[in-house]
Amino acid sequence: MHSIARRRHHRAAPLLLVLALLALITGIAAIAAPTPATATTEASAEDVADGERLFAANCASCHGLDAQGQDGVAPSLVGVGAAAVDFQVGTGRMPMQASGPQAPAKPVQFSDEQIAQLAAWVASLGAGPAIPTAEQVDPELGDAANGMLVFRTNCAMCHGSIGGGGALTQGKFAPSLLETTPTHIYEAMLTGPQSMPVFNDANVTPEQKRDVIAYLDFQSNGSPGGLSLGAIGPVSEGMWAWIVLLGLIIASTIWVGARSS
Amino acid sequence: MSAPEHSTEHETDLDPMNGHENPGLGYHRPRRSDVDDKADKKAERQVAALFGLSALGTVVAIWAYFSLNDIDPGDVDSIRQVNMWIGIGTFLAMIGIGLGAIHWAKTLMRDHEMTEDRHELRSSDEAREGAIQNLKDGVEDSGLGGAKRRSVLKGSLITALAIAPLGILVPQIGNMGGDWNVSKFRHTLWGPGVRLARDPDGAPIRAADVTIGSVFHVIPEGLNDLDHHHLISEKAKAVVLLVRLDPADLKIQEGREDWSFDGIVAYSKICTHVGCPVALYEQQTHHLLCPCHQSTFDVADGAKVVFGPAKRPLPQLPIAVDDDGYIVAQADFDEPIGPSYWDRLKGGDATVEEESH
Repeated sequence: MHSIARRRHHRAAPLLLVLALLALITGIAAIAAPTPATATTEASAEDVADGERLFAANCASCHGLDAQGQDGVAPSLVGVGAAAVDFQVGTGRMPMQASGPQAPAKPVQFSDEQIAQLAAWVASLGAGPAIPTAEQVDPELGDAANGMLVFRTNCAMCHGSIGGGGALTQGKFAPSLLETTPTHIYEAMLTGPQSMPVFNDANVTPEQKRDVIAYLDFQSNGSPGGLSLGAIGPVSEGMWAWIVLLGLIIASTIWVGARSS
Repeated sequence: MSAPEHSTEHETDLDPMNGHENPGLGYHRPRRSDVDDKADKKAERQVAALFGLSALGTVVAIWAYFSLNDIDPGDVDSIRQVNMWIGIGTFLAMIGIGLGAIHWAKTLMRDHEMTEDRHELRSSDEAREGAIQNLKDGVEDSGLGGAKRRSVLKGSLITALAIAPLGILVPQIGNMGGDWNVSKFRHTLWGPGVRLARDPDGAPIRAADVTIGSVFHVIPEGLNDLDHHHLISEKAKAVVLLVRLDPADLKIQEGREDWSFDGIVAYSKICTHVGCPVALYEQQTHHLLCPCHQSTFDVADGAKVVFGPAKRPLPQLPIAVDDDGYIVAQADFDEPIGPSYWDRLKGGDATVEEESH
């Protein structure tokens, strides 16, 4: 995963464009292909077989050996695509450590190669969204201003106006997006993990998704307003104003009124 | 000691009333700086240090203004740096003087207790009679009452006082606008055949594009063609959330059997509590959360309220699919969107359920 993300520093975009063109010309790009190229490695039959073994050892206890899921325990993974696996396993959300309101991101349990193998196997079960190419998620190619419009309409109500995250119901929460990699942001929109709805390409087009990534990437320039306090809105701002600042005012008032020792 | 002279005469008759003996003044504890010369010098140094901090703050503010001020107009960060350092410098300059002055007064200036006894709140009889006589004289002199009555003066004064507030009230009320037609809240841009379009770009939505678990933020097609003023006020009423559920999860409401299409439902995004946009949709529970007061609506069950202060379900927009595969509205909402207001149920089409609320 990180190899793909790192690729944008190698300025690989023109090369990828040429590759994509070649693919079109030779008629290889079939829409129904179960695992469209992940830009760097074509999933081989070997990867699929390795992925199946990894799945049986690490995932099957909940999702079942055939990945059909179990009612009330884990969903079926047929047709969720490589993108869903890359997101869930690549951010450490899966394998889930304990049942709870939602599976939080945690240290990643598998190597990039193992994640690719798992993704290859799950993708072979049924057609689903593929992992986006480095070009699709390159913030340099997106329009941050348009990304803000799309983000404001579709994402900001849960993730906050700059993607700082926010609370949902009954212990669930929308996580901060400020540390999330562009590829994982793209995959989350495409697959709708956990409580998050799906934003398919007809709803938020691939260009708009890249614009959203550019908008979120722009936030790494820092907060123009000074301390962002986590950018989670009135809760942290209220804590600061009521407890820290009001506390200081009360303390100085007491000091003014106290008799000198 | 500044005790009022007459206080002694009250002391004798007040104390038995309270049932307490006068405890007298408390023990006067001298401050360290009063008895210890070192402490005195230390306090002096502390005060001087606070004033020095103030002077340093002034220097910081001036330094920041001159040396950080080569800001790039496009770089918000650099503007922030200048403002922050000028602010910190000015803060230190002010707080240093303030704290220094208080510390000076508390530790070094004369330390002695002062007492002031309570006295009766009631004025003396002479003063009270004098005040009443003044009022009477005023009425007599002005001619508003008494022997010589000036009725023209009285009438003109009352008139002037009565109309004086109009100078403020009329512009205030006038600025509220001449449009008091609340029945406008009943109607939105939705109507038979109006296509559902994506917010904000206005592209119409195909039923096939709304996959299970998707949520679309929707405006009526053509909204973006309006001028800005109308666009905002119409958008505020017409915004809709479009969701596709697994038809097995969807509980179709009685009388609304043909309002959805293959698991696709559309509900007003304006909360029925106080009108915030309800848009936090949780795909797995089908709950829709209002960020303002945590009202929660169950999209799978007619957007009924499952939590929070809202009292009514979100109004549902009846939808269908046109010949080109696009989602269209069958009609406008059958009830006013958003929070309650007077006259909300006028118009005859309020349901029995609503009237019972």
